[in-house]
Amino acid sequence: MSTNEDKANIDNATNTNTDTGISISNNNKTVKKLLLVVVAMFGFGFALVPLYDVFCDITGLNGKTNDTAVAYTASSVDESRTVRVQFITRNAKGIPWKFEPVINEIDVHPGEMKLVSFYAKNNASHDIIGQAVPSVSPGLAANYFHKIECFCFTQQPLAAGTDVEMSLQFYVDLELPADIKTLTLSYTLYDITEKSS
Amino acid sequence: MTTNVIEQDSHDEHHDEHSHKMTGVKRWLYTTNHKDIGTLYLWFAFIMFLTGGALAMVIRAELFQPGLQLVEPDFFNQLTTVHGLVMVFGAIMPAFTGFANWMLPMMLGAPDMALPRMNNWSFWILPFAFAILLGSFFMESGAPNFGWTFYAPLSTTYSNGSTAFFVFAVHIMGISSIMGAINIVVTIMNMRAPGMTYMKMPLFVWTFFITAYLLIAVMPVLAGVVTMLLTDTYFGTSFFDAAGGGDPVMFQHIFWFFGHPEVYIMILPAFGIVSTIIPAFSRKKLFGYSSMVYATSSIALLSFIVWAHHMFTTGMPLFGELFFMYCTMLIAVPTGVKVFNWVATMWRGSLSFETPMLFSIAFVILFTIGGFSGLMLAMTPVDFQYHDTYFVVAHFHYVLVTGSLFSIYAGAYFWLPKWTGHMYNDSLSKWHFWCSLISVNLLFFPMHFLGLAGMPRRIPDYALQFADFNKWVSIGGFAFGLSQLIFLAVVIKCIRGGEKAPAKPWDGAIGLEWTVASPAPYHTFSTPPPQEDIDNADQHEH
Repeated sequence: MSTNEDKANIDNATNTNTDTGISISNNNKTVKKLLLVVVAMFGFGFALVPLYDVFCDITGLNGKTNDTAVAYTASSVDESRTVRVQFITRNAKGIPWKFEPVINEIDVHPGEMKLVSFYAKNNASHDIIGQAVPSVSPGLAANYFHKIECFCFTQQPLAAGTDVEMSLQFYVDLELPADIKTLTLSYTLYDITEKSS
Repeated sequence: MTTNVIEQDSHDEHHDEHSHKMTGVKRWLYTTNHKDIGTLYLWFAFIMFLTGGALAMVIRAELFQPGLQLVEPDFFNQLTTVHGLVMVFGAIMPAFTGFANWMLPMMLGAPDMALPRMNNWSFWILPFAFAILLGSFFMESGAPNFGWTFYAPLSTTYSNGSTAFFVFAVHIMGISSIMGAINIVVTIMNMRAPGMTYMKMPLFVWTFFITAYLLIAVMPVLAGVVTMLLTDTYFGTSFFDAAGGGDPVMFQHIFWFFGHPEVYIMILPAFGIVSTIIPAFSRKKLFGYSSMVYATSSIALLSFIVWAHHMFTTGMPLFGELFFMYCTMLIAVPTGVKVFNWVATMWRGSLSFETPMLFSIAFVILFTIGGFSGLMLAMTPVDFQYHDTYFVVAHFHYVLVTGSLFSIYAGAYFWLPKWTGHMYNDSLSKWHFWCSLISVNLLFFPMHFLGLAGMPRRIPDYALQFADFNKWVSIGGFAFGLSQLIFLAVVIKCIRGGEKAPAKPWDGAIGLEWTVASPAPYHTFSTPPPQEDIDNADQHEH
């Protein structure tokens, strides 16, 4: 191996190539910038979580309804229009409750306040805390479905063998797009005993 | 590093060509040489390819006829999951990193990669990642069984207990890829020989440059999403758990924000390889070099705004579906530019059909088929029909097997003389090509029909009307698997001996790597190449 090559090898090994003027500090600068991008993108992955919520909130995507009570603000009742609201319930894995709507569907006029109720019974031999998570379909209608009072705003503790009738008070917004004639409100019931204890 | 250099220096007196001091295992464990590391990456990728292939053989054996014959459904799910993970993260990506390590410094006229010690580390953590992943097969929980896309809640609430192993394996793979990508970017930005401007770089270098940026941008997002998965499964968070206020659909958004650029990470380097080979055997300059650079960049940029086309059936609003549909179709434009340029490069060239060229031409045709089925899937209304069927399986195997893998074979044959100093066995390589070509189409083409007829993916058993096609697909699968052993034989024969390769075995090839001897000396371009060589390596038409 020639002396010339040896010299360049040493230069390379210490990241200083004298011929090309590449120095270790140059590399370090680029590496630091790139690492910054890596960290930023890792953060961006997590930032997507609140961003997603905000995005869904604004656009009403994903069928998420309001999770705290809103006041009744409709100025009138639009009796020329009728919207059918359907209720469905579903138990998530491992919660042995009987959980169902008392009435399966109801016709409402936009702006009209309605009160319906859901029945739940804890069939297990131990106490369970349940949490119902609502979702509206079609998703775009979620922003026009307002809950004044809902059992889903709070957790539902039920002692073994007991039952309860839970109420939901809601109205449909006057601005509901005209092409939406049926709304489906779906509740999924989760066992959150472990998480809340 | 300094002590290493001094030791190396003193050893050089009684070593000649190969001036490294280590022998045996230590040479490979401690190496910081880009060629050694490139070799390690390529062998690792090939071993993983055979491993993932073995899993696929079991899958195809089970699907040879309807009914459950060989494996339990749960184990079948483990097979499809690990097959996908191993092929994506263990075979295709490390193979491309191997090409980058071997070729980038030589193509740029640089003495080595910019960060040689990190290079060593980024390779050597990979075997541990795959030991964890594959080791989970032998644990009580079994291997991951939730699909390579690990959708929540399959991988959280309904996990078989393998989620932690999966997450840690993916973390390590991610760290390895990020380090590899940083090394590539720094090398390209800082180590180019004087006179090698960005627009004089071979297109091969450009595609790896852009791919490395994609990796740096999205691998951290993957690391983030698997971390959320880990805390959801084991630490009681609720990122993807509706009971705690999370959202399982959000998992898909974050995953595919990584996942879509990821598929370009696996195809852009393939574009670079065939853009090197097609001009060489057409004895013409690459048609439209600059447009290739811009097309590659546009594909990379567009890849960030199309992710939800994987999620058309999740109940997106119409506007979202239209947006993602049109953006996805837009990608066909720069991709079409590329295919046009490859064909235009061959147009009126004096073509010869050496094995690298055969694989490249097969790449252009078969990748285009995969692109067309991609366009069909991009259309929202029909995607509702094709979603999660074998049509999707056919689509992504056309782009990944006859696309990425064929380009890797093309590149391997093209540079094997440079790597080993010997010509490969020509007739054996032709056998490899023709057997692969016929069997791969028998393997994947009927899957289109199966998918259109409604056969879902990821099932161990199927309805009787799918039996005939599945039989042929399985036969194609076994034949394709066996054909790859021919490649192993070619490579081993080529390393052991064969016709001596000249410095430039392909008369139409251009590039700095052909100005050094074959096999490439352990250290190349310790002094930068002369400007004349750089100008000769320019891929622009003049």
